[in-house]
Amino acid sequence: MELITLGPDAEGLATHRQRLGPLPGMPADQLIAELEASGLLGRGGAGFPVGRKWRSVAERSSGGAVVLANGAEGEPLSLKDRSLMAGRPHLVIDGALLAARAVGADDIIFYVGTEHRAAEAALRGALAERPADVRGRARIVQAPAGYVTGEESAAVHFVDSGDARPTTTPPRPFERGVRGRPTLVQNVESLALAALIARRGHAWYRSLGRGQAHGMGLITVSGAVSHAGVQEIELGSSLADVAAAAGGLRGDVEAVLLGGYFGGWALADEQWRMPLEPHTMRAQGLAFGCGVVHFLAARTCGVEATARIMAYLASQSARQCGPCLFGLGAIAAANRRLAGKTPQADDLERLIRWSGQLAGRGGCRHPDGAVGLLQSALTVFADDFAAHQRRRCLTIAEPARVAVA
Amino acid sequence: MGETLRIDRIRCDGHGLCAELLPELIGLDDWGYPIFKAVAVPAHLMEHARRAVDACPVLALRLARPASETAPTTRVTAKT
Amino acid sequence: MNDTILWYATRGAGIVSLILLTGVVLLGIVSAMRWQTASWPRFLTTGFHRNLALATLIFLSLHVVTAVVDPFTALGWNAALVPFSSSYRRFWLGLGVVAIYLLLAIVLTSLLRPIFGHRAWRTVHWLSYAMWPVAVIHGIGTGTDPWFAWMLAIEALCIGGVVAAVAWRVGRVAPTAWRQIPTASPRAQKWS
Repeated sequence: MELITLGPDAEGLATHRQRLGPLPGMPADQLIAELEASGLLGRGGAGFPVGRKWRSVAERSSGGAVVLANGAEGEPLSLKDRSLMAGRPHLVIDGALLAARAVGADDIIFYVGTEHRAAEAALRGALAERPADVRGRARIVQAPAGYVTGEESAAVHFVDSGDARPTTTPPRPFERGVRGRPTLVQNVESLALAALIARRGHAWYRSLGRGQAHGMGLITVSGAVSHAGVQEIELGSSLADVAAAAGGLRGDVEAVLLGGYFGGWALADEQWRMPLEPHTMRAQGLAFGCGVVHFLAARTCGVEATARIMAYLASQSARQCGPCLFGLGAIAAANRRLAGKTPQADDLERLIRWSGQLAGRGGCRHPDGAVGLLQSALTVFADDFAAHQRRRCLTIAEPARVAVA
Repeated sequence: MGETLRIDRIRCDGHGLCAELLPELIGLDDWGYPIFKAVAVPAHLMEHARRAVDACPVLALRLARPASETAPTTRVTAKT
Repeated sequence: MNDTILWYATRGAGIVSLILLTGVVLLGIVSAMRWQTASWPRFLTTGFHRNLALATLIFLSLHVVTAVVDPFTALGWNAALVPFSSSYRRFWLGLGVVAIYLLLAIVLTSLLRPIFGHRAWRTVHWLSYAMWPVAVIHGIGTGTDPWFAWMLAIEALCIGGVVAAVAWRVGRVAPTAWRQIPTASPRAQKWS
């Protein structure tokens, strides 16, 4: 267990050093080269190559860059970032320090969700164990709870002005971020993995993984399994592996949600042996995202589950852009009516139309993620949606027609 | 040297004047917000595109050279 | 030059300016209310609003220049540039100077909007609700025609029109209410 601990307490500095050795002293360009060679992809959801991101910030930095370790984890189904920060804060801090060296940053911000109490306490305790020059450069900023407060421009906006809503891009944070400086916004798991790669080399990282996949990472398993929670996996593990490690399925499962609320539904049957890793999944139109794997019990209606997610996503709109505010609101309302089997005549048709109209038309990617999920639902639960439009539900069996006594 | 239409989605308030003045490239969704049919402006529509940019009450629409994607021509704004 | 012609030009240009300015204000309110029909798109309202404003400036220039060079009023350029500095009807004329300065600020920020930015433009534009009444009161106070029936009719129409339009703006539901903003979720999201 490199990333998550087995015990309940945060790992202290002494244990951390004993387990992993001291922080490597390699210079900035070597660090970036190692990360690029490792093929490490970001774990915040977008999956952007980490080495390339560090390089693009380093290129624009003249010593005053900023590192923002993103531990906001607004995705409700994801627990990995808070678990990582709570259990192995020093690994995250190491990653942030290496990132600061690589991009020439003198300001390190740990952006932690307000609601992640254990994570914040662990980071605070861990920073207190570090020497003065580290403590002087690092600070913890508490992110308001919410789905989009962890979006990179929202994080920068909150640090600068106390308003955690996304801002217009370009410019993106890697060009102009906190206080106008080039800012590296990097997920805390990505930083932790970078800290391991710096110590052991890119070849070590690439030697991990099942089949054609390379690397390791954290996923959060939830839904119809015996032991939901965070798992540390080799990339390329399958749904079968993940379900087994979670103590097996509880009952029949028809669909699985992959990647988070901005990921998508997939049919469990079809994807049971699919390698869970970014490239393969993207080729299938799925997303590894932030590593969420949620098994939907067969007895749970997919239309109902999707309706609850769409209602949540609509409520989480920053309400700055019309297409997101009105489009997601209308989608959530239509989906709710369909779930309740009281749809208007053209609700399903409008859902399909709106789902094609929102992508790329918001100030951030929130509406894109939401309609991505909706479109996967309309595919995976196509029969269910059609039935609901006819005021029927395929999941809960209709009561048998009882003869009138 | 084509120019492309760029929009600040946060500033946009769905006034819809852009779609009135450049219907060839800009349509409106169910709530009056612009949907771009294309962003590259052909030469014969440049004058209309400039007029559309000028007409936007909140200065959300602008024309930009494609190469200047990363130049910060608008201050980052959040809705106030 | 015949004194009477200058005097008529001043009064005439002043009255035309008032009518045009009233049109500008009315069109501004129509624009803010996002009013449109199938055959009257919004760009017509905004286009007329701008063009009438520029036409107003032309007639105002005529109004000011003829007033200043008219030997009968003995005004001089000072009176036109410095508010409340004329010996002739000091207060009422001074109001006119104030109104013109406000109008110039509004027009300049509008013409140079890309430079000033949206927020500065909007703030200065709100001054129109001060500028127009000041201009009207200036007209009533300095005018020598106010008690003719036709002049009364013009004033009544202008003032009535703007009052009605402002009442429309204040009283009616927000112009974007038709979008039916979805009700916020029970758990309000905090952004700060």
